[in-house]
Amino acid sequence: MDAVSTESLTKHYHVGFWKPRPYLALDGVTLSVGQGEVFGFLGPNGAGKTTTLKLLMQLIYPTSGRAEILGRPVGDVGVKRRIGYLPENPYFYDHLTAEELLQYFGALFGYKGADRRRRATTLLDEVGIGPERRLQLRKFSKGMLQRVGIAQALINEPEVVFFDEPMSGLDPLGRRDIRHLILKLRDRGCTVFFSSHVLSDAEALCSRVAVLAGGRLAVAGDLSELLAHRVRGWEMVVTGLADAVLDRAKAGGDVMRATTLGHQRFALELPLTVAPAELLAGLTAEGAQLVSLNPIHETLEEFFVRQTGAAPKDRGLGAGER
Amino acid sequence: MSVIGHVAVSVFKESVRDKVLYNLVAFASLLIAVSYLLGQLTAGQDVKIVKDLGLAAIATFGLLIAVFIGIGLVWKEVERRSIYGLLAKPIRRSEFIVGKYAGLVLTLLVNVVVMTVVFYGVLAYLNTQFSEEARSAWPAPATDPGMLRAIALIFVELALVTAIALFFSTFSSPFLSAALTFGLWVIGHFNTDLRNFEAVVESRPAAYLARGLYYVLPNFAAFDVKTQVVYALPVPTAYIVVTALYGCVYIALLLTSAVVVFSRRDFK
Repeated sequence: MDAVSTESLTKHYHVGFWKPRPYLALDGVTLSVGQGEVFGFLGPNGAGKTTTLKLLMQLIYPTSGRAEILGRPVGDVGVKRRIGYLPENPYFYDHLTAEELLQYFGALFGYKGADRRRRATTLLDEVGIGPERRLQLRKFSKGMLQRVGIAQALINEPEVVFFDEPMSGLDPLGRRDIRHLILKLRDRGCTVFFSSHVLSDAEALCSRVAVLAGGRLAVAGDLSELLAHRVRGWEMVVTGLADAVLDRAKAGGDVMRATTLGHQRFALELPLTVAPAELLAGLTAEGAQLVSLNPIHETLEEFFVRQTGAAPKDRGLGAGER
Repeated sequence: MSVIGHVAVSVFKESVRDKVLYNLVAFASLLIAVSYLLGQLTAGQDVKIVKDLGLAAIATFGLLIAVFIGIGLVWKEVERRSIYGLLAKPIRRSEFIVGKYAGLVLTLLVNVVVMTVVFYGVLAYLNTQFSEEARSAWPAPATDPGMLRAIALIFVELALVTAIALFFSTFSSPFLSAALTFGLWVIGHFNTDLRNFEAVVESRPAAYLARGLYYVLPNFAAFDVKTQVVYALPVPTAYIVVTALYGCVYIALLLTSAVVVFSRRDFK
């Protein structure tokens, strides 16, 4: 059983007051997330990430398609007991203190008395909220609210947790804390589904990713596989390479970039069109020696830009689709 | 405690922290000041005037709370997006609506109870300021328990106003909700005129429309027995019960409609 699965999930909105125009927020997204995975849901602003999360939380209803969490339809109260959710830029009841908010939400899950207080205390400790937990939330900064938001999402020890931009508003230390927290959740067997703009976080944390662009799923899969197949060149480290030989190789287009590592020792970046063995044969004939040769993989950022760059810009619906 | 109970307590706590209960101080000050002033100006009518004013003030202060908090109950949650975190918890949208409603009714109950205690306290004090002879001329004792019947119906009326405000707040802005709620409250106090409309117009469709509106719109005039209790006129228990039941049925219909509207909403 998947932790999360969607099938042809689609959402249209109507925008404009006098002449409402249909707007395609999400278009036939089908994906599945296995239990225990840390799943990165990536995409530029307006790609449909938050729309997908709201559909999964049943804060909005799909125009068509279906979504399930832990094998049950979204919105099922039994499922809600087993999940946690951090909305994007969370806002909570500003008349409550952080402690009271967590106790209130804990009560909705049926936690009682001392147990509820203990859970609230532990979680606030875990997200780094100190004595300020007794202040009303109206006095909290954005970053502190984000931490409280993460704590409330974990109040019920969820099996699946959905974070919408969890790093938003956090300083570098806060981001590090949350990265550690996500890894702890993963080690505990919790499925983490998070949307993010911060690709380095996704690269560091996720086992699988999906890239959303223009409301459509551009690609989804195992992160290491997605990037492994995207070799964009070679890195050849050589020693004993004379400057004149290097200049000739550069002029011929065989070497894109050369970084000096020491005396006559260089790291050469070769384009994918060059056969490394042939170039190496030429260089060794000139007295150079090979130290190492490795493929250069596309970074997640390069992958992301390539995937999202081709996304359709027009999000209106054709007459036939209305 | 149930999920509804937790939501209701949260609404009550919010009202207390937002200093809504400060209105009680205003109410007590008004009543005590007026009693003192009347003592200086009038002779014999003091108690009746304080009763009139006290009951009207309980209804008015309650109305202001019911409308101005009721219209923001749902709207504020949606506008500030606090609803996102809440609805992801194991709570049905219907439980959210009923919990919000129950919380405001609890706030109103506390208000009405405290205002009633202050009201009877001021009347008990006034009672000591008159001779036995003067008191015997009054239509009813100063602290006549019969006034509780009027206060009970004021409370049901406030609960009904809250349900109307909540219903509008599920789909419209606070300004529009306030206008519609006050509009209904005013029309509801002149509901009897709609029933008798056919006597003053010749157009049959207009008469039918007025009669239809009479049955559909809430009849707030039915909850107003303030004059009767002040003059010690009988208000039968059966009337109180039937009117309260009418209010409860109307509230149930409004809450059901609010749940239907709210359950279909997208929170973009």
